[in-house]
Formats: sequence, structure tokens, C-alpha cells
Amino acid sequence: MSKKWIVIGLIVFLGLFSTPFWYNLLVKMGTAAPRPEVVLTEKAKAAKQCVMPTDFMKTEHMQLLDLWRLKVVRGAVRDFVNPEGKTFNMSLSNTCLDCHSNKAEFCDRCHDYASVRPYCWDCHIDNPQGEMK
Amino acid sequence: MKRSRRSFMKMAGIAALGLGAQPAMKAIAPAAEHGPATKFEKGPKALIGQQWAMVIDTRRFETPEDLEPIIEACHKIHNVPHFTEKRHEIKWIWETHFHNAFPNNPNPYMSEEAEQRPYLVLCNHCENPPCVRACPTKATFKRESDGIVVMDMHRCIGCRFCMAACPYGSRSFNFRDPRPFIEEINPNYPRRMKGVVEKCNFCAERLAVGQMPACVEASDGAIVFGDLKDPDSEVRHVLRENFTIRRKQNLGTEPCVYYIV
Repeated sequence: MSKKWIVIGLIVFLGLFSTPFWYNLLVKMGTAAPRPEVVLTEKAKAAKQCVMPTDFMKTEHMQLLDLWRLKVVRGAVRDFVNPEGKTFNMSLSNTCLDCHSNKAEFCDRCHDYASVRPYCWDCHIDNPQGEMK
Repeated sequence: MKRSRRSFMKMAGIAALGLGAQPAMKAIAPAAEHGPATKFEKGPKALIGQQWAMVIDTRRFETPEDLEPIIEACHKIHNVPHFTEKRHEIKWIWETHFHNAFPNNPNPYMSEEAEQRPYLVLCNHCENPPCVRACPTKATFKRESDGIVVMDMHRCIGCRFCMAACPYGSRSFNFRDPRPFIEEINPNYPRRMKGVVEKCNFCAERLAVGQMPACVEASDGAIVFGDLKDPDSEVRHVLRENFTIRRKQNLGTEPCVYYIV
């Protein structure tokens, strides 16, 4: 007797539980936020390559920055030599943002899209060349 | 399938050998840290020392005005905020009275001139730092390479154990967001956020590019800086030629800031 109600209840539950899925599939189809386009500054374009190959930077920049932080703060080494033999000062504000001085169009666009909120900028200066906010 | 005891023992032996070989293989071919052939180096101009130390010639400072440019130079370079309210104050290097700097030297009838002089105090970068032992996250640590007691702001959780442990009051806590209170921002040095402890770092960022600490540069020769473990260094020469005292050295922290009185 109660079996019928349990099965009905389960179906209703599963239906409600998966609403976001159905909603996105049937109603919101094709309205996903477009892929963010990052803007390169003239200086970044002229340099052709970042400290590491672009594909590596796209996927691993956070690990690289974490390693840089570890080396600078705890290891007392400040120079990074990439596979091409070029040396860089391991500094977020003074090396990364020297080329990528357009944080809003470069860092923020992807970070907003991916909904990550790195708190680097609480302390590190986000436009070392320009006016401070 | 039946397996004899003999063949089982053989297999177990080979397996043990294989497991044992893994660390050895790793040691022979170390995994590259991030991609092929990247290297990390000290800069070519970096100053090298085993244990940095400082000698302050207090005879050269007669009034608090003599110390002001030194304090200002440090605080400006390191984006130290200026709070008017005393309880929020952040200080890396500051001026104090003889009896506060050296509470264990209470000789009566001492030279009035020496007693009235302003004394410059800062983190002592102790050889045996109590703050490092107190820190639960290793946010503050003694750097192996040059003996500087460094703060890793990324790790500080603001528990303030280090402040309780430091016998010199060298540490300040950011009770408020310091950023609006920095008068002039130096873009080459990061700021701090609310809830972290900060202190003097012996200008580790300047030593890395071959510069002397900011206070030494601003002191016009009254502060000497160098490697304590190098018998030919400038600090060792000054220490040999002058009688010096240190703050609360009976505590066994082995402070590395010496005072010529």
C-alpha cells in the first residue's frame, strides 16, 4: 500500500532535486556567459612570451606564483631563470604587472569568469606604474 | 593453481626490491620543479652573510630629531602606516628612553647625557628568537641563509603569540586595515592587511639587490651593518674597537643589534 506513495514521493523528490539541471538545459540553453577575452598590453605583445610558454601560464600560473612566493619569502632567492635562460625578478607587482599592467582586463576577466577571488591585491600593489586608488 | 612456498618467497623478494628501488631512482633523476630546466638563483648583486648584525652608535644621536629621518626612511620604504592613535600604532624602528631600552642596566648616578639620549630600537634578529618558537604556523622563522628573522605574511594568522614572546616589543599588530593610513605608497614593496603582525625585516629585499638597509643608509655612518660571523666585516671591526651592550641579553636570545653607549 505505502509502496505506491514512496515511489511517487521519490519521483517528485528527484524531479525537484534536479530542477537546476533541467532549468539550465531547457530554459537557459545557450545563454552561458561568453568565454572571457583577455587583453594583452603592447608591452606584453612585444615580449611574445611570458616567463614560461603561454599554455603553461594559462593552466599553471597559480602554481608558479605560489612557488615564486615560497622561494622569495622563505628561500631568500629572487631570480627565476626560465628554460630559455632568461632571468626574471620573482615579483608579482614588479614583474608580472610590469607587462600586464591592465589588471582589470587581464587578471580580473578570467578570475571573475571562473569565480575565483585571489587576495593577492589586498597587499600587493595592483598598478605599480599608475595612480594609487 | 597451486603455488609453492619457494616461488612465493621469490616473488615477495622481487617486489620488496622494486619498492626499495623507487626512492633510489627518484634520487638519481630528481623531478624538475615546474617544467624543464627552470632555475632559481640569488641575484648577482645580493649581499651574502651568515648572520647579519647591526651596531648603533648612540653617541651620534643627541636629540629625537636626529632619529626622525632614519625612522621615516624605513617606514616610507616599507609602507608602514601612520596611525595617530597610540593603540593602533605600527612601528618597525622607533625611539625610546634608556630605561626602556636597557631595563637591566639600572646603575645609579649614570651619565646624565647618556641617560637622556634617544635610543633607536628595532627587531634584534636574535640568534635564538623566542618569537619563532611561539609561532604556530611558522609564519615567522629564522632564515637559514643569513639569520634574518623573517615574517611570511601569507601564513600569519594573527594569533599574536609572537608579540607575547618577543621581549623587545618589536612586533606590531594590524588592528585596522593599514592601507588607508599609508601616506605615500612605495610601489616596490607590498602593504599588509588587517589581522597580521609585522616588524622590521632587516631590509631583506634591499640586501637581495646589494643595498644596505634603509636605516643604515639614512644614518650617515652612525649605524654599521654586516656579517657577524665574518671576522673581517665592518661590524666585527666596530665591535672590536668599542665597548657595546645589547638589549636584555641575560634572557639568552642573543640579540644581533649592538649599541655603543
